[in-house]
Amino acid sequence: MPQFIRTFNSGLVQLGELTLLVLEAFRSILKHRPDGKDFLYQLYFIGVKSQSVVLITGAFTGMVLAAQAYFQFHKVKMDTGTLALVSVSMCSELGPVLTALMVAGRVGAAMAAELGTMRVTEQIDALRTLATHPVDYLVVPRLMATVIALPLLTGEAILIGIISSYAVGVGLMNIDGAYALKNLLYYSSAETVFQGLIKATIFGGLISIIGCYKGLNCRDGAEGVGRATTEAVVMISISILIINFFLTLFLSRVLAP
Amino acid sequence: MIEVTNLKKSFEEHPVLEGVSFSIAKGDSVVIIGRSGCGKSVLIKHMIGLLMPDSGEVRIGGELLTGKNERELLRIRRRFGMLFQSAALFDSLTVEDNVAFLLRREGKMTQGQIQKRVDEVLEVVELPRTQKKKPSELSGGMKKRVGLARAIVYKPEILLYDEPTTGLDPVVSDSIDQLIVRVSEQLHVTSVVVTHDIRSMRRVGKRIIMLAQGLVYVEGSPEEIFSSRDPLVHRFVNGISDPKENSF
Repeated sequence: MPQFIRTFNSGLVQLGELTLLVLEAFRSILKHRPDGKDFLYQLYFIGVKSQSVVLITGAFTGMVLAAQAYFQFHKVKMDTGTLALVSVSMCSELGPVLTALMVAGRVGAAMAAELGTMRVTEQIDALRTLATHPVDYLVVPRLMATVIALPLLTGEAILIGIISSYAVGVGLMNIDGAYALKNLLYYSSAETVFQGLIKATIFGGLISIIGCYKGLNCRDGAEGVGRATTEAVVMISISILIINFFLTLFLSRVLAP
Repeated sequence: MIEVTNLKKSFEEHPVLEGVSFSIAKGDSVVIIGRSGCGKSVLIKHMIGLLMPDSGEVRIGGELLTGKNERELLRIRRRFGMLFQSAALFDSLTVEDNVAFLLRREGKMTQGQIQKRVDEVLEVVELPRTQKKKPSELSGGMKKRVGLARAIVYKPEILLYDEPTTGLDPVVSDSIDQLIVRVSEQLHVTSVVVTHDIRSMRRVGKRIIMLAQGLVYVEGSPEEIFSSRDPLVHRFVNGISDPKENSF
């Protein structure tokens, strides 16, 4: 069988298995009470421990975007549009996408590595012999925690990005603060923020499901764990970028005022 | 209690089990032996539903295990306890949390009752005062003991042991074997031990099943196996390699 057909087949199989994992996770959430302690630990690990990464990403993205926007807007005397551009970009695109990519690198990789190690050391088989479904014990707390944490982290990144852009625009570039803020409020709608938070929620689910899937299907010892971790980060990152485009088209129509 | 009928399993077109059939009565203590790679661990994983066969069936107390989905299997697996070759302790949990894992998830006992039960089984496996240790702080033999404590804490009907003495020194191996015999007698469980350790087989088994060429090659009491004149069985129990395999 030619290589490209094998790759295509393997891609379809992975997509099918991912869909089954999502269905099993939803069934588990509806029928079995998730363990509160595990959920809180995951929320702490994913939400609290990702703070520094997300804050630095949000702040420097807002700052560089403000500087670039100012350099271009200044040429056509539209300096006070700088913060509005930063705000709209951060709320609808950069906030959710960059936060998700950063969390994917930290959390998605950790999930794949942890579950992959459990898989190759027979801990997942041990879990199954102890009458415990791996989806109930391992996937559901991670999925719920990521879906809740990512919109909050995205909100935080957006806020710090806008504050940082204000500091750069008004403090360094001497833009008129009052007009810049007026434009920011005029062009940034609740729908824009809502769009970003919906995207973040979906990206959160994507990170945990792919991270857990790669870990649960890990093989071949330490080498396999390394491969699963790399594949998880690559697959999550590419999925986020592709899905983001379609979500933008869809949500722009649905949420259009 | 356990009936295995014409079990076949291949991995990537490489056949491992080619029609294995046997049955184990309640309370029996059976040792499954065979050379490395002959499918012993694959067989024991079929008996608890961790692997599904290509064809054939496994019945536990008359209930068909083959073809059931993972959620249905969880209920049947509650009747089993299993000790893994690597002990497979959850390395993020303490010894106490490992042993109490299923009792806590079931939520049928109070914290005090669970604590008491955990202390009892850790006494049985001769590991008192290790409750707060992490698996990384334990030796290989201690890990196996904790694995056994985790397997017996909820009083299963059947205990499966996958290579319980592999990687352990002879003294620790002997103590694990004695533990298996004691647990089997005290808890009146059906025991199935997979091993290629001849001394362990002699100490633990009341009945021996030898796998070879993907089939049950021979079955009998330890005395019958050790006195067998079959060349394959004789070479295996005496640890003699096949001259044809040494011709490289």
